[in-house]
Amino acid sequence: MNRRLHRIMVYTLLSIAAFVSVFPFLWLILGATNISPDILSGKATPGHALFDNIVKLTQQVDLVQLFYNSTKIAVIATALTLVVASLSGYAFEIFRSKLSDRIFAGLLAMLSIPFAALMIPLFIIMAKLHLINTHTAIIIPTVASIFMIFYFRQATKSFPTELRDAARVDGLKEWQIFFYIYVPVMRSTYAAATIIIFMANWNNYLWPLIVLQTNETKTLTLAVASLLSAYVPDYGVVMVATTLATLPTLFIFFVLQKQFVQGLLGSLK
Amino acid sequence: MAQAPGKTTLTGWLFKGPALTLLAFFMVYPILSSLWMSLQVGKGMNFSFGGFANMWRLTQDAVFQQALLNTLTLLVVQVPIMISLALLMAVALNDPSLKGRALFRTAIFLPCVTSLVAYSVLFKSMFAFDGVVNRFLEALHIVDQPIPWLSDAFWAKTLIILAITWRWTGYNMIFFLAALQNIEPSIYEAARIDGIPRWAQFQKITLPALIPVVLFTTVTSTIGTLQLFDEVNTITPLGGPSNSTLTLSLYIYQLSFKFMPSFGYAATVSYVIVLLVMILSFIQFVVARERRRP
Repeated sequence: MNRRLHRIMVYTLLSIAAFVSVFPFLWLILGATNISPDILSGKATPGHALFDNIVKLTQQVDLVQLFYNSTKIAVIATALTLVVASLSGYAFEIFRSKLSDRIFAGLLAMLSIPFAALMIPLFIIMAKLHLINTHTAIIIPTVASIFMIFYFRQATKSFPTELRDAARVDGLKEWQIFFYIYVPVMRSTYAAATIIIFMANWNNYLWPLIVLQTNETKTLTLAVASLLSAYVPDYGVVMVATTLATLPTLFIFFVLQKQFVQGLLGSLK
Repeated sequence: MAQAPGKTTLTGWLFKGPALTLLAFFMVYPILSSLWMSLQVGKGMNFSFGGFANMWRLTQDAVFQQALLNTLTLLVVQVPIMISLALLMAVALNDPSLKGRALFRTAIFLPCVTSLVAYSVLFKSMFAFDGVVNRFLEALHIVDQPIPWLSDAFWAKTLIILAITWRWTGYNMIFFLAALQNIEPSIYEAARIDGIPRWAQFQKITLPALIPVVLFTTVTSTIGTLQLFDEVNTITPLGGPSNSTLTLSLYIYQLSFKFMPSFGYAATVSYVIVLLVMILSFIQFVVARERRRP
């Protein structure tokens, strides 16, 4: 094929793809500045309703509370998941035995069990523990993430054995080796995992939708969904709320894109 | 200095302990419990043993069958389109002489930062009857009449497919790009010197290197699409026009938390998803192994 023509085709294709990928973000920003009827009639220029939309949003929901709830859940869940998943992922690679390997294979098989199959028993468990409508109920089931255990086990394969051996010779205990040597050495692995776990928790929808039932406990993502499900949703307000819900993840993406990509690829190694 | 093996083993189990305990309560127990529940009939918290009654109900339930058909349709149409697009973009972006590579890559990758609810909001508003997408299509004379994206069964399904493809193509592309960058450039160099045409290079060098990634992305996308919930519940609540976007997960949600809860039957439907995931993953692995043989 003519090389020049080929080039033009590649650039056209990529430009269309890039435009399609980015346009909804522009639409989001534009929407936040427009009134609902304009949004629904496809007005793709900035409007003057941004301030009004923000005021209306603050009248309908308690933004501070929503941000606090979302952040609290995401931060605690991320911290706990990092500790629990990395400890066990490390141990599944370092302290191996036939039984241990078998259990790990069992975990991998459970990785493909859909959440829908778990949510009813989980809901009943939480009801029995009187944890419905609490953030604890949201956090606990996500902490032992099989995906993250797998991720840390894969990453541990690149942890130099010499370091471990040297530490043992120096008389360090196993938990000291983990906390004082493994954790600092693997910090880029932890950084990537932090991003993935934080985003997953921040964006979580189905389980919080079932468990969180009052405005005091709801997350930002739930608030966006319930604003949209109003009989006549005000899209200007919804767009402002969606912008607020998207900003943190967008920020993480631009600041830590490299670690984010590493994190995604970590599961494939 | 080696420690006593018994002691190290104990340490290992202590390290695994928190995760295994949590998984026992919040993963293994729910799996078994929902299997047991699928044999129970009754409304609310009043169960009685029903044996295979729920499975019989599946065969009589037209709504379930529609949800199953919808889910499989979305799967069969969407996953191949997305994987091909992701592959195409990755191959295009892998050319080092391409200008603006990083910019293109970032742009195409960007959708996967949005929460599933957030991008559903965007798609719902862009694809309104008088919305920006219809305006654009009319301006380009691609359509004369606005497309009823949200009120027609066929177009609602198409919209869901477009939405998922938008959200996940860049995500999958990243895996392909990483795999492509692992191929030694010298292999292509040698192929070019030997006068092997570009298409043959793609078939003989690029494609085989990508097979594990195609497998990985297909399996994860399949599992994801089988569990589709957030988007359909946000864009087309209650399952869309004439239940055209009712997925299995949405149906389970409705059975358990919207109507008078029918947990036993909902658990049975959830095991249909488990079964589908298992069958499809198995088929994909077998296919991949066949392909790998010379």
